[in-house]
Amino acid sequence: MDLPRYPYHQSLEQRSGQPQRRPVVIVGAGPVGLTLALDLARREVPVVVIDDSDRIGEGSRAVCWAKKTLEVFDRLGVGEAVAREGVRWQRGRVFHGEREAYAFDLLPEAHHKMPAMVNLQQDQVEARLVRAVQLDGRIELRGRHELIGLEQDEAGVTLNVRTPDGLFDMRADWVIGCDGARSPTRALLGLNFQGQVFEDRFLIVDVRLAPGARPRGLDPAQPERWFWFDPPFHRGQSVLLHAQANGLWRIDFQLGRDADVEAERDPDRIQARVAAMLGGDGFELVWSSIYQFCCRRAERLRAGRVLLAGDAAHQVSPFGARGANSGVQDADNLGWKLAAVLKGEGRDVLLDTYEFERIEAADDNIAHSTRATDFISPKSNLSLRLRKAALDLAARTEFAKPLVNSGRLSTPTDHVDSPLSTPDVEPWQGGPAAGFSAPDAPLENGWLSEQFGDFLLLCFGWPAPATGVRTIVLPAEGVAAARYGARPGSVHLIRPDAVVAARWHRFDADALQAALARAHGSPP
Amino acid sequence: MTNRKLTLTPNFGGEGDAFYAELIAAQAGLGDEAAADWLARLTLILCNHIGDREVLREAFALARESQ
Repeated sequence: MDLPRYPYHQSLEQRSGQPQRRPVVIVGAGPVGLTLALDLARREVPVVVIDDSDRIGEGSRAVCWAKKTLEVFDRLGVGEAVAREGVRWQRGRVFHGEREAYAFDLLPEAHHKMPAMVNLQQDQVEARLVRAVQLDGRIELRGRHELIGLEQDEAGVTLNVRTPDGLFDMRADWVIGCDGARSPTRALLGLNFQGQVFEDRFLIVDVRLAPGARPRGLDPAQPERWFWFDPPFHRGQSVLLHAQANGLWRIDFQLGRDADVEAERDPDRIQARVAAMLGGDGFELVWSSIYQFCCRRAERLRAGRVLLAGDAAHQVSPFGARGANSGVQDADNLGWKLAAVLKGEGRDVLLDTYEFERIEAADDNIAHSTRATDFISPKSNLSLRLRKAALDLAARTEFAKPLVNSGRLSTPTDHVDSPLSTPDVEPWQGGPAAGFSAPDAPLENGWLSEQFGDFLLLCFGWPAPATGVRTIVLPAEGVAAARYGARPGSVHLIRPDAVVAARWHRFDADALQAALARAHGSPP
Repeated sequence: MTNRKLTLTPNFGGEGDAFYAELIAAQAGLGDEAAADWLARLTLILCNHIGDREVLREAFALARESQ
């Protein structure tokens, strides 16, 4: 599939030298910036997206898209395509040395529109997003616009931008930096970006298997995730094999701390590494890169009228697929809040809750990904020995399997302490409390997850006479009621980003209005 | 430490010597490497059996102290 481009055109405002004030300028046309642009446009907020390039970045990079992300994409019109084109896998095998330590089966839970995850190379996802953006008249995507300067006052932000036609100024009410780990926006704000740098180098390779090739018994028709600790073909390190779409496979070789990066880039050497692993030459090298990673986060995600999202705000190790997924969830969290503030429906403090909630999520993701990294790359001989013990016991006992950590897949972070959440006033038997992600469930026609995107009141059993919020009536018994811990008469207030804001066993108009106001940033 | 949950009084019913002999016998004959692996596996097995993370944290801290 050809990747779409967004070629440079000189804008009218650059040609005329008359900046046109924009409600929102997004810096960076990656998955996070594009998701945010589509979300804002759906809320009738016009957006300009600028990017220093005019095309989608090369290579696979992110691979694994988690359910929450797919649900966000679905609300923006690209989720079904990503889910369809992506590879679904549910069987994982963990090897230790020569042997298989154990296998797991992520049995899919029934009655969800979206799977727990699909694997699809990042450029294919971005291609979908770029096309959707280019079809949306409310979004202007400008290639080869490089952010050089940023100044803000109470009235707005001035962006100094470099294009092939020179420098010019843009004006915006709000600027969102979605410009990646080396974010110019973050640098111009002078925000600290600190954390832990991991010394291990990793070689990442995309290969295409020859038709009919079944290396090590791998069946391309039944994709599995294989993870080796200390394999015979790559002693003392770890290796990951993961499926991508269109017959592509991702291989991730840990190279260790003392790797000779230049030597490792030699294509013959890469070829030899892959051949040793796949046991032959029935493959073609498509792309490779050597990387090193950090777990760190910006000290703040908001500086006045400028906010950060995605890798610009936080970086994690690749283990657990928490980078792109958490970035898309940043966009999901921010879109409705920014739109509400721009329309005067929500208070400015809503944007502080973006920072609060997404710092909570970033720290959660960093903690998970650091734990996986420490397991994959033990820092002492005793840590290595304990890992060996865990892997050894995992082959023989149930208790040790959950100790083995080759990455825990991204799931939404709960925001129990969010100022937007109204705490329970009654006891509940299960289901998501305020601050937790609202689960999907089948409807008579379609899916509950398709209904999210604005404030929504779920009414179990019979309608509630609610004002100021759309309501939907769900059966008092069944999948949805069970998933939400609902009784006949229960009502759940759901935020636009599919987070539970409040829940009650009996509808109370005053309580609903108070919870709605609170979810819009009013003090309780 | 107040409100300690970790048991630090004799807990083998007066059979401490017998327990210790069994501990030594259980890894007798293993080389240094194999014995260290044995000890690591034992640690994980017992930690899971105890389960109580507060008890384990107290144990980790006590083990960390040395003369």
